[in-house]
Amino acid sequence: MITKTVEEIKTLLSVIPDPEIPVITIRDLGVLREVRIVGDTVEVDITPTYSGCPAMKAISQDIVKVLNEAGIERVNVKEIYQPVWTTDWLSDEAREKLRLYGIAPPEKTSSDKNAILGKVKHLACPHCGSIDTELVSQFGSTACKALYRCLSCLEPFDHFKCI
Amino acid sequence: MNKQETLFNYILRIADSQLILGHRLSEWTGHGPMLEEELASANTALDLIGQANSLYAYATQVEGKGRTEDDLAYLRSEREFFNHLLSEQPRGDFGFSMLRQMLCDAFDVLFYSALMKSSDNTLSGIAAKAYKESQYHLRHSSSWTERLGDGTEESHQRMQNSLNELWRFTDDLFAMRAADLELVNTGIAVDTSSFREAWFKQVSEVLERATLTIPTHAFMQKGSLEGRHTEHLGYLLAEMQSLHRAIPGVKW
Ligand SMILES: [Zn+2]
Repeated sequence: MITKTVEEIKTLLSVIPDPEIPVITIRDLGVLREVRIVGDTVEVDITPTYSGCPAMKAISQDIVKVLNEAGIERVNVKEIYQPVWTTDWLSDEAREKLRLYGIAPPEKTSSDKNAILGKVKHLACPHCGSIDTELVSQFGSTACKALYRCLSCLEPFDHFKCI
Repeated sequence: MNKQETLFNYILRIADSQLILGHRLSEWTGHGPMLEEELASANTALDLIGQANSLYAYATQVEGKGRTEDDLAYLRSEREFFNHLLSEQPRGDFGFSMLRQMLCDAFDVLFYSALMKSSDNTLSGIAAKAYKESQYHLRHSSSWTERLGDGTEESHQRMQNSLNELWRFTDDLFAMRAADLELVNTGIAVDTSSFREAWFKQVSEVLERATLTIPTHAFMQKGSLEGRHTEHLGYLLAEMQSLHRAIPGVKW
């Protein structure tokens, strides 16, 4: 018997951090989609940020662990593909958390092809706020990031790619 | 062949191509010309192998015989793989890899953009995600193709040689089985001939900026849909599958 409500379960899960960017949670990120109670099982839908995101396995294990610890034994985590994850789902709060962590947040224009193709003009440095920045590499330390450098404070920084 | 088998084989065609290309790219890990490019190759490989993983997972459901994604990737032999011949060619030098990647990325962008409209919800979902990724990959591989093609005399010559080598596998990208036309008619599969011109136009533009010339009399090699591959796939599989063959049932 599951004594918790869907909302209570969502609250439990909403504190799970992203394994690679621990300042934001899987709920902030939009990876956590739906929670359902089916008989004695809790079903959790998650959606990958990138097809090859290695964090999905870790997230799935964290979900099972958190729910097991809350006394829920049967947990079924499913990866769903629709709707397709987009950086638009990141809340303003999550964007601010990223910036404070030193990662330039994605622009809010993922539907704009120019942004996907990297034609973003004024990416602000998360350290000093200068917009005098340049792309070093389209690919960064994880699948979701690109590498930039600030020409004002000379610090390198990650940019959360916009898709 | 019934409809289920046709769909299963159709999914394998896409999944195998992404897995093999991803594997080839991953070979650059530890050997890249610079750190940033090593990360780029590894990241792109991850996306491709991730796409393959999602597709294999769906294929096992369609097949319904209790096989897993790992069984499909690691326990099939060369003749059972349907990947594009282009994807299995050895990585060559960095320019060769980037040029091949550009040809494949340009195909993927158009292919996935069409598959996004599939009446099959799983395929359209996987395609929608992969489409965005492919656009990002294409930007990277095109920029290297241009930079190296229109680079030094040496880099230009190497890129032209690579293009001469690779072009003969481009017909094979568009090959389709007669049975797949049924899937096209029901809105599940993509008719590759529908975007062939667009692909040629896009690729030609990149190659033109790269000052490279498309060979006009290339012999076009095909056969991947019948499982007839170039000699290179066997070696690739021997390496990729060695762990699973040595320790049957091994799990991460
Ligand atoms: Zn700065």
